Amino acid sequence: MSLDAELARRMYLDMWRIRMFEEEANRQTGLGNVAGALHLYCGEEAVGVGVCAHLRDDDYVLGTHRSHGHCLAKGAPMNDMMAELFGKETGSCAGKGGSMHVADLSKNILGANGIVAGGIGPATGTGMATKIRGTDQVSVCFFGDGAAARGPFHEGILMGSLWKLPVVYVCENNGYQQWVRRENVAVVDSVATMAASYDIPGVSVDGQDVVEVHEAAGEAIDRARRGEGPTLLEARTYRYFGHSMGDREEYRTREEVEDWRDNRDPIALFRAYMAERQWLTGREDEEIRTAAKEAVTAAVEFADASAYPPLAAAHADVLDTEWRADA
Amino acid sequence: MSTLTIRDAIHDALHEEMERDESVFVIGEDVVAHGGPYTVTEGIAERFPDRIFETPIAEAGIVGVGVGAALAGMRPVVEIMYLDFITCAMDEVVNQAAKMRYMTGGQASVPIVIRLPCGLGRYIAAQHSQIMESWFMHVPGLQVVAPSTPKDAKGLFKTAVRSPDPVLFFEYKSIYTAEGEVPDGERLIPFGEAEVKREGEDATVVAVGPMVGKALEAGVTLEDDGYDIEVVDPRTLSPLDTETICASVRKTGRAVVCEEDSSFAGTGAEIAATIAENCFADLRAPVTRVGMPHVPMPFAPPLADSVVPQVASVVGAVRRVMA
Ligand SMILES: Cc1ncc(C[n+]2csc(CCOP(=O)(O)OP(=O)(O)O)c2C)c(N)n1
Ligand SMILES: [Mg+2]
Repeated sequence: MSLDAELARRMYLDMWRIRMFEEEANRQTGLGNVAGALHLYCGEEAVGVGVCAHLRDDDYVLGTHRSHGHCLAKGAPMNDMMAELFGKETGSCAGKGGSMHVADLSKNILGANGIVAGGIGPATGTGMATKIRGTDQVSVCFFGDGAAARGPFHEGILMGSLWKLPVVYVCENNGYQQWVRRENVAVVDSVATMAASYDIPGVSVDGQDVVEVHEAAGEAIDRARRGEGPTLLEARTYRYFGHSMGDREEYRTREEVEDWRDNRDPIALFRAYMAERQWLTGREDEEIRTAAKEAVTAAVEFADASAYPPLAAAHADVLDTEWRADA
Repeated sequence: MSTLTIRDAIHDALHEEMERDESVFVIGEDVVAHGGPYTVTEGIAERFPDRIFETPIAEAGIVGVGVGAALAGMRPVVEIMYLDFITCAMDEVVNQAAKMRYMTGGQASVPIVIRLPCGLGRYIAAQHSQIMESWFMHVPGLQVVAPSTPKDAKGLFKTAVRSPDPVLFFEYKSIYTAEGEVPDGERLIPFGEAEVKREGEDATVVAVGPMVGKALEAGVTLEDDGYDIEVVDPRTLSPLDTETICASVRKTGRAVVCEEDSSFAGTGAEIAATIAENCFADLRAPVTRVGMPHVPMPFAPPLADSVVPQVASVVGAVRRVMA
């Protein structure tokens, strides 16, 4: 799917929707309406949006602890997501998952994941299901650079390659693993180089440049859909907020964050790209931001007006209690 | 009726389920080359070559892939070569498979069966002889199945494959070759239904897996003492049929709970606590447990045989509660 003005405007809107959703979720945490830990995606929007722009509804997406952006980009309704963060019964997961477990199976969004690298094996398994059934869905697995240290990264990608499964492994390398700089705990700078061990393409792109992400993701996804196997796609990116709530951010300087925000912001870069091609007028830009803002406002109103789940809900959905062995 | 071993019963059930449902597939180490160490998957590769995947030695990957395939609507039957190696995939079992339905507010279903050859078989010491059912009983969202006879193995396996939720299927190596009658045709055994394997009046022996056969043998010996024991086989440990267990204890007034693994914080601990909570007034003696002492499995055969509970251990325990 090559980039044209219409698609670009849709992607630009998606990036704003994510940016504003995250900022608002952060504000709602401050107000006490969202409990728990949020891992915000601001600064990394180009990755989720650039990749998911290629995906069909029946393609699979699995994520991480930092997956609000992945879910929104794959089409999860914003109202349901905000309600989930609020812990309300109208949430995507009826208030039982929260930020780290947002999922929408009707869109084949199989979920954020609270375990670093926890989605890589299961994403590979969805690829196996596709292969056995002989359909042409693609599975995308997002994970951070920290996940590349864990065994399931190795085991999952190994099997994906062994059976040439239609999976794209997308590493969001933001240079930090919670409060630790990647260079302090990693021996290779680029996660993409690890692809060599699995005999699959390893591609590294500028994760702030949605055009570059989109192009590389397109190649990887097409390759997977053609049945030629996985790609390890690394997007070099940066998160603006702390790892999660209450991060003192002693591991990085304010100047570093400001430099990325001012000079490497994925939304600003994309706006300039579009303006250069006359793909976005000032008015359209304004309309898009207004639309994103209105969606977020509506989502907060929806979440606010929704009820908490009845206490009985805590006891449901452990197993499917309706099911009976039928003979 | 036909006479089958437990190994044959599982093998046949697997073939039948794969024939019945195209979404069932097998994944595990050496499952093609040798049908697994216990040849349970023998013949699958010939009959269903596109639905068996022989894997690298990567347990976390194997179970993780199974979880994902199950989320996508397939029905993976995963073989973990020895139960002991499931520790390499605990995240995939405990954090992924078990909790997906709950965390997604009921959207997700993970119909995965994880087969676990376990316990003392040949003498292969501490890293190839554990059972550890209680680890998984402790986790909500998992179903723990513990067949003791070929009939139960076949019926429970079929239920396991069709269940919409994850199943840990314990296959006790010491009784793989035990023979028994198996009814022909489709017989699904629901989870959560214990079976009284022997009726009696004087004491209830709740026995799990390979302890069922030993309890039945003990029953014969104890007849000479004039004691008539009832043997209850829970068959599934989660869900646990507390009703059948408690009804038996209310009748006999005495309870001995037997498992082959270490009894400290083990399977029997949960059963004993259930009995104590529900049948205290009916008990005429303290609930007694039979199990392995809290030690790893030793290698030397005489040592191994001395720590694994035997028929005599059950006999001794019953005599104690009868005294
Ligand atoms: C197995 C596991 N270990 C540790 C954690 C705690 N934890 C959550 S996120 C995180 C850092 C992850 O870094 P990375 O994968 O680079 O993702 P990022 O947060 O940078 O997006 C850690 C250590 C966890 N959730 N799971
Ligand atoms: Mg990181």
